[in-house]
Amino acid sequence: MPFDIIDPTIIMGGVGLSCGILLGVAARFLTVTVNPRIEALTALLPGVNCGACGLPGCSEYARALIMHGAKVNLCKPGGPKTMRQIAVFLGVEPVTMERQVALVLCGGDDKTAIRKFCYNGIADCAAAALVGGGDKACGYGCLGLGSCARICPTEAIEITHARLAVIHPELCIGCGQCVKACPKKIIQLVPESRTIHVLCRSKDRGNVVKKNCSIGCIGCTLCTKAAGNAIKMEGALAVVDYTQPLENEEAITKCPQHTIIKRSGRKEVPA
Amino acid sequence: MKTRRAMFRSKGGVHPASRKRATNAMPVEFMPLSKVLFVSMVQHMGAPARPVVKKGDAVMRGQVLGEAGGYVSAPVHAPTSGKVIAISERPTQAGLPAACVEIEPDGEDRWDAARQPGPDWKTMEAKALVERIVAAGIVGMGGAGFPTHVKLSPPAGKTIDTLIINGAECEPYLTADQRLMVEAAQSIWTGVQIVRQILGARRLVMAIEDNKPDAIQAMSAAMEGTDAELVVLKTEYPQGAEKQLIYAVTGREVPSGGLPMAVGALVENVGTCAAIYDAIVEGRPLTERIVTVTGAMVRTPKNLRARIGTPLADLVAFCGGMVGLPGKIICGGPMMGLAQGSLEAAVTKTTSGVVLLPHQAVQQFSSMPCISCGRCVSACPMRLMPNTLGEMIEAEDNEGAEGLNVMDCIECGSCAYECPAHRPLVQHMRQAKAEITKQRLKKATAAKG
Repeated sequence: MPFDIIDPTIIMGGVGLSCGILLGVAARFLTVTVNPRIEALTALLPGVNCGACGLPGCSEYARALIMHGAKVNLCKPGGPKTMRQIAVFLGVEPVTMERQVALVLCGGDDKTAIRKFCYNGIADCAAAALVGGGDKACGYGCLGLGSCARICPTEAIEITHARLAVIHPELCIGCGQCVKACPKKIIQLVPESRTIHVLCRSKDRGNVVKKNCSIGCIGCTLCTKAAGNAIKMEGALAVVDYTQPLENEEAITKCPQHTIIKRSGRKEVPA
Repeated sequence: MKTRRAMFRSKGGVHPASRKRATNAMPVEFMPLSKVLFVSMVQHMGAPARPVVKKGDAVMRGQVLGEAGGYVSAPVHAPTSGKVIAISERPTQAGLPAACVEIEPDGEDRWDAARQPGPDWKTMEAKALVERIVAAGIVGMGGAGFPTHVKLSPPAGKTIDTLIINGAECEPYLTADQRLMVEAAQSIWTGVQIVRQILGARRLVMAIEDNKPDAIQAMSAAMEGTDAELVVLKTEYPQGAEKQLIYAVTGREVPSGGLPMAVGALVENVGTCAAIYDAIVEGRPLTERIVTVTGAMVRTPKNLRARIGTPLADLVAFCGGMVGLPGKIICGGPMMGLAQGSLEAAVTKTTSGVVLLPHQAVQQFSSMPCISCGRCVSACPMRLMPNTLGEMIEAEDNEGAEGLNVMDCIECGSCAYECPAHRPLVQHMRQAKAEITKQRLKKATAAKG
């Protein structure tokens, strides 16, 4: 009986050996040559695979940089630091770039903004927006059901107890996924160093805004006078032009609705 | 005329309490003119109408306020004579803002002088009849509001041999169509014959649910001596849905993604037929409709003949007001109607009812995971699997849902009505359908440009 072990051993050993030989042959003739530069460049990228560059992931961006000459400033989470590293690696001129962070352009939470009905459906902003545009009386307000927070890869978005999405700039990598997820289109990417923002996207006229929300922009234009050409009017809405410098904090004090706020921006980390 | 029971029974369906007794024996009353009428430019499916009047204009009843915004669209007419006091943006019943012409009635209610009854419709060509229907702004009055002229102009090569007149009114609470059939059977019947003449349909079927014996009696009296059939349907929801009705009456099944004309059938609502009679024989454009104001929170429920643009608050006030704060206000029936946040919206061409439900009747459920009982699958009249679809959509797998034919969902709400886990299945379907439609549109525009 002890010899029963011999047959299986021979069979299993034979199978193992032949598979090993096959693999050895395959490794020899079917090798995929990896460009070592792509690997090295991938290592420089943040590795969050957020897709903000428009490519499926970090290694694809590295491949596009080397093989197809993609732009060096597409990596938003990496920011200027990564951009400079890529430029040095590829031996090209660095371009000017500032890191962007997302900002919810609505300040109307349950303490300040009115809800027009009691919504009792799926807890998802896109689903709620299909029901009469959502339960906020203001058609441009944050619904606070957290579609942006769920998609955020770094958990930078908090839904406050008063049901408003607030993005923490120190955690935001600027990938822009929340911008796409928001059915109300009220999330915008803004330069990280900027601190003064108009937290409203309502295109309604002042009297309508006042009825719906106590801190919405009523289009009084006082801020545009205080801020020069850095705040412009789009109809009845004040909009910050982020291409123009804005240091003057007078606009914040002038705003009768307290729509304009100062949010601490993060200073850029030196490379 | 032949009266028979429906030969086929469509799959699924539910049996909610009909609750029509409050108003089904109440004769239609005329709703007095409101102080201001809010005539929305979104009264139908398709492109919104474009306002053609200015603030300060004097208008006559039946004058065009908004012209059709495209082929799948319909003009909107002034519901009474008066002055245009504003052209504003107001939320519609669906809650989204739309252009609205506000009219202050002068109380004289004079018809537009240009209005004239047409020649005898029996001598008119189909094309001329359809033109008059377009000009009268007639849309499907059952609820969806699809412009009628589009349905009446099938593409060349398609023949429609069966015309089905929908008097099912399967939604609970509503009695607008029932009262119309009882009180205006003759005008409905004339309208039906006009539609038949346009289409040249061989077979004509009037379909009514068996919980409306008075309507069956009135319609059969009007149809006496003709070759039309009267089909009595079993009371069931959603018996009055287009595809279910075609199956119940003819046994033909509309293919997935197809239109009723694919099986040679066409369904018109009784209200639409009455409006066609008004447009062709009386020369009156669509400016009013019957609205059932009902529910336990209305003091005296009524059927009202109300002008388009009458604010819902005025309808409720005319019915003695509310007996307390309602738990839910619904425009249309409770199964497929639109819940309202307030009574601010106004009557449109498709408003068949306003239902004010008490708090006890509106339970707020929190949704639980699917227990795979399969009751939604049995209830679905479109033979879909709402259980699987709901879970797929929750996991954001819209492509998978498309593969399981979520686009065939008619949003009747039977699945959610049956679901013991209180899952918001219809909302899931609507979300997926909206997303898929968006994606298809994107693909189509990308392919074009």
